[in-house]
Amino acid sequence: MSSVPLSLYLALALILFCIGLYGALTKRNIIIVLISIELMLNAVNINLVAFSKFGVMPSITGQIFALFVMAVAAAEVAIGVAILIALYRNRNTVNIDEVNTLKN
Amino acid sequence: MTFSGELLAFMSLALVAIAGGVLLLNLNKVVHMVIALVFTFVSIAGIFILLSAEFLASVQILIYSGAITIIMLFGIMLTRHSETNVPKTGRLRKLLLFLGILGFGFAFYIGIYNLDFGQEAADLHVNNTEQIGIALYSKYIIPFELTSVLLLATLVGAIILAKSDDKKEAEKE
Repeated sequence: MSSVPLSLYLALALILFCIGLYGALTKRNIIIVLISIELMLNAVNINLVAFSKFGVMPSITGQIFALFVMAVAAAEVAIGVAILIALYRNRNTVNIDEVNTLKN
Repeated sequence: MTFSGELLAFMSLALVAIAGGVLLLNLNKVVHMVIALVFTFVSIAGIFILLSAEFLASVQILIYSGAITIIMLFGIMLTRHSETNVPKTGRLRKLLLFLGILGFGFAFYIGIYNLDFGQEAADLHVNNTEQIGIALYSKYIIPFELTSVLLLATLVGAIILAKSDDKKEAEKE
């Protein structure tokens, strides 16, 4: 039996998720918002891998799901940076609260 | 729960991961924030090794602390950032958000703090990459192919979004 219980892994993932959520909701720089979202996805990956070892039916499936999450996260970052650069070219800003064209 | 080397390794890795996250929230310069997050990503790779997912750990280091960080640094270098910190607006909003997230975290902690299914996979670390490969190419072949379609769409989309609009710039001049 492993000496680190499942709940410690889940607690670590929960803390990282909360940090990422706070960063994504409060920071004004788009790059930091994107990277906070990456942190949240990573916390989810920890949960998936932890359940693949300690879950109700332990199997390799959790690790495969984590791989898919990583692929989608990488795609998301590429699109995010492309949008950031297009936005910077048009509005000359990287602050998220200056991007309010739809508001007026 | 007895004291052991595994617990010690977990605790130090978790400490580095959380410290990286806290630094992300508190540093001022954008580059420093991204570098702080690299520590978090690397220690999450260590956590994966503790959970007997060696292949995922190497992929984590390759993709996150390699590719994603470099893409982010390119994004930072291609745009201009004000060096000074953000103005002091929305302090009440920040406080409310902090309390809300604290409540969210506490609610989830109640749910997980003594969760234990009492069983453990014993054979995940034996030929880990081979197991992942066999499962990926037999059981999950359709999601795998869909992922390749997604990556292709991302490639095309990123190029179209980021390419300079020649016609519009010619009109401006």
